[in-house]
Amino acid sequence: MTTIELRNVSRWYGNVVAVNDITMTIGPGVTGLLGPNGAGKSTLLHLISGFLEPSRGAVTVGGDPAWRNPQAYTRLGLVPERPSVYAFLTGHEFVLATARLHKLADPGAAAQRAIGIVELADAQDRKISTYSKGMRQRIKVAAALVHDPEVLLLDEPFNGMDPRQRLHMMDLLEALGDEGRTILFSSHILEEVERLSGTIQVIVGGRLAASGDFRAIRRLMTSRPHVFLVRTSDDRRLGAALVGSQAVAGVEVTGRGLQVKASDYGAFTRQVAGLSRAEGVQLRQLLPEDESLESVFAYLVES
Amino acid sequence: MNVFPVQAATVASITLRATMGRKRALLFALPPVILLLVTVALKAAHPADASWPSAVLGEFGLAVVLPLTALIIGTSVLGAEIDDGSVVHLLATPVRRSTVIFSKFLVAVALTMLFVAVPELLAGLIATGGAGKLALGLFAGALAGSVIYNAVFVMISVLTTRAIAVGLLYLLIWESLLGNFVGGARLLSVEQYSLGIANSIAHDTHLNAHLGVGTATAMGVIVTAVTLALAIRRLAAFSLKGDAV
Repeated sequence: MTTIELRNVSRWYGNVVAVNDITMTIGPGVTGLLGPNGAGKSTLLHLISGFLEPSRGAVTVGGDPAWRNPQAYTRLGLVPERPSVYAFLTGHEFVLATARLHKLADPGAAAQRAIGIVELADAQDRKISTYSKGMRQRIKVAAALVHDPEVLLLDEPFNGMDPRQRLHMMDLLEALGDEGRTILFSSHILEEVERLSGTIQVIVGGRLAASGDFRAIRRLMTSRPHVFLVRTSDDRRLGAALVGSQAVAGVEVTGRGLQVKASDYGAFTRQVAGLSRAEGVQLRQLLPEDESLESVFAYLVES
Repeated sequence: MNVFPVQAATVASITLRATMGRKRALLFALPPVILLLVTVALKAAHPADASWPSAVLGEFGLAVVLPLTALIIGTSVLGAEIDDGSVVHLLATPVRRSTVIFSKFLVAVALTMLFVAVPELLAGLIATGGAGKLALGLFAGALAGSVIYNAVFVMISVLTTRAIAVGLLYLLIWESLLGNFVGGARLLSVEQYSLGIANSIAHDTHLNAHLGVGTATAMGVIVTAVTLALAIRRLAAFSLKGDAV
């Protein structure tokens, strides 16, 4: 059981405040650090991982200070956002080297175990330079897990992953969290963490804007009205059918197509294809109109 | 069991593979070849002239090839990893920061000795036609210079992301310009330390050495110790850039 604690932590660069007076405790299980780009998520992760000095306040991991304390890495693993790794090494060499840097008793066995966890055994003897983005992300996770850390920090781990790799990574994080580890990851895309359970901390403009249970926030997300632009072979016909749906709050016929205000995101996206088929209308394009992340987070902060 | 501590050996082996695997490796493999070719050509043209070996091997070998090669190697052993961000994987482990600096510094010194000091010795042997004082002096100067220059350049690479530019400025402005016209500047010139040490064996006025061997050695030791200590201090406070703000 290792907890991450931030007490009144601020970090500024000159006049710019990146993290503003944040106090939070992150315990075992999976915690998501969510927020739009530039909100301060990476700054926060750098503070926790000992790669940035707080301008004010204190950051501790398991009671020990994070800054200027390399010993903290004996129980902490970090998966940085930048994709750069020692690409000239094979996956196995990279994880094995990390095990040696941790001075593990049996680095070979530890490397095999970590590579097994991320399911890269088949590719472990290939150079990392030949890996896909998702594989690189996974080998970084293996290196971060090689010393069996109690705390795992991941900066935007889902970036550049395809949906299947994303699911696999989420399952992996869930499993690690269930083992009693403290898992903290950051993400700027709410939808990509839809399936995870646990707690989330929402950071907006360097401040802690909301924190709580994934499910509650997810409900807010799905009940938020969404605007879609729908283009079909017969806009008015589909429009009439959509008005009859509980999932739709309003329909407007515009020169660009149908503008549909959905009251239930999930139900609408599930129904629209079936409805148009039933009406004999050809569906040409379905575009979300208000997917700006700022609007999603602003909505969350307001509620 | 490993003779070397496992962490230092791991850092060193990754550093060696990274440094030799980059295209930059061609940059430091080329100058020693040029040095040897020039020496062979001059030997063929002026076999009896005794003044050119010290001038060419001192002013070209010790004052140009050595610092430039050390600059490329010394700034890349750690600097390249800092530039591309992969150093985080190394620093997110409990390895002492002094171990990181020393391992990388030693790799840089060994490579510089291999690519400059050894060719310098060979060139000296060819030029003087035997294991004379000049060849041995130049070899000693190049060995010492490999150590001191790399300590300075490793430190610069931790302090700034523009290590090559800063290193070049030091070499061109301080060592070449001020070092030639201002006596005091020579006291802080690695080139003069190398030449001073070389001259203590070679005793050759064409080497243009201005420092005695005692001063050169003492200053070399101090500069090496201070720059490495600074590099360790700075690496212990290594920070990542946060969100784009």
